[in-house]
Amino acid sequence: MYGRGLRALSISTVVAVVAALTLVFFYAPLEAEQGFLQKIFYLHVPLAIIALCGFVVGGLFAIGYLRTRDQRWDFRSYVVIHMSLIFALATLITGSIWAKGSWGHWWVWSEPTLVSFLIVFLLYATYQPLRFSIEDPERQARYASVFAVTAGAFVPANFIAVRLATEFLHPRVLGSTSNLPGSMALTFLVSLVAWALLFVTLCKYELTAKHTRFQLRALRRRLSGEQARDTPPRRSAAPQHPAGTAKLGARVADGGAST
Amino acid sequence: MSAQRESQVAAAQRESQVAAAQRESQVAGASREGELSLGAGAPAGALRAGEGTPAPTVPLRRAVGALLRKELLVELRTLESVPGMSLFALSTFVVFHFALNRNSVEGDLATGVLWVTLLFASLLGVNRLFVADAEEGGVDGFLLAPVDRSAMLIAKELTLLCYLVVLELVAVPAFALLLSVPMAHALPDLLLVLALADVGVAVVGTLVAALAVQTRARDLLGPLLGLPLLVPIVIGAARATSPLLVAGHAGTPAARWLAMLALYDLIFGLIAYAVFDFLLED
Repeated sequence: MYGRGLRALSISTVVAVVAALTLVFFYAPLEAEQGFLQKIFYLHVPLAIIALCGFVVGGLFAIGYLRTRDQRWDFRSYVVIHMSLIFALATLITGSIWAKGSWGHWWVWSEPTLVSFLIVFLLYATYQPLRFSIEDPERQARYASVFAVTAGAFVPANFIAVRLATEFLHPRVLGSTSNLPGSMALTFLVSLVAWALLFVTLCKYELTAKHTRFQLRALRRRLSGEQARDTPPRRSAAPQHPAGTAKLGARVADGGAST
Repeated sequence: MSAQRESQVAAAQRESQVAAAQRESQVAGASREGELSLGAGAPAGALRAGEGTPAPTVPLRRAVGALLRKELLVELRTLESVPGMSLFALSTFVVFHFALNRNSVEGDLATGVLWVTLLFASLLGVNRLFVADAEEGGVDGFLLAPVDRSAMLIAKELTLLCYLVVLELVAVPAFALLLSVPMAHALPDLLLVLALADVGVAVVGTLVAALAVQTRARDLLGPLLGLPLLVPIVIGAARATSPLLVAGHAGTPAARWLAMLALYDLIFGLIAYAVFDFLLED
């Protein structure tokens, strides 16, 4: 059910990423001050935007869960936040490399976006430990959703606070696309689309893989009978019972009864 | 008691037709939920939170007052949180004296010492805020009472606020004495900053405490969740405090930091109000 359209999405992601990288390395002009180093901008900024949007979207999915109590929303929220956390880590690493190259330090406290990002990353890094340390699946989903909503609202609030607190020592040359020359803006937009597609594809892969694993586990449990069902499933930060598992189990049971 | 409750419900129904219809649907939802949980043992997955709660019949202010009185009485009798927090703050000042190797601090350094100490001491109180309720069934008892669930949130926030005020009554004079910080000239401004920051810490701390208390690693998760969420408060409070703790320089806190603190208090107050109900459903 999550696997539909996965092949087309994967192919378009590969095409978009190749196109973006081609534009970055062969089309976009070298920046006058920073030279080749500036090209990390086409990776760093899209990753940051996507990770932040992912965190907020995870919060919106969590609202969906709290309103409907449909496990699928919690499942989606978990996957989106998980993937955003990976993208946020990549953002911090690429940002750090950029800071080292252009300012000579691995970490620059006067860059408000980077600092905000670290705080948001530290907050979301507790999402998985929080899930992991709640055993009851329903309560785990509920508490994780409350966390996701709170943290999703915290993301913009935190950015405002840190930006206020930072004196602008370094001029923000590449703050927005409005002051970019046309070829750079085009490259940036293509990169943004490409990395966003990568994010969506990876999320879809994780959803599909986790869902398939749950179905497989349910089937195994059916096949090996009551004995195996008594053993508790391995504790995990991932949602335990996404919708579909129960239905599949029932279907297998019907099939077994008819044969 | 039940007659009084019925008459109150009837009065509320007379207020407006719309409200009455809503309340009826809520009552229907409550009975449906009861049937579900009695019959199949399934949680009321299709029902939204809040639909299952009966119409509150005790006014919010009375409920909050009763809960707050209970919290403060428990704290007065057990003395579990506030003395520990205050003692922790005093010890931390001593540790800072040796760690910084200074007999007196001022300016940014004094601000840092003060806020790190207050923040960590308040996290001690945050960690203990819901523990007694969760372990002794206080939450279950509260859920049985016909009151709005936000009463618990508001009462806990006020409790934490009281703890913080008492903590600061001990810690701030001790800070001034032990590390000879010049602050007498700026005391009113400092009190304003402390009050705004306390409200924020109380709001965020209550939410974090409610999130962490049901987990196995509650002592670990409370501070881990709380510290990043409290960073904006530390930013605002520290920036506002640092011009106040300089000798002979009667600086005033910049209005934008006070505005930022107030805004953050407001935002998180609303968020906590919106999501807290979902944490009390067992």
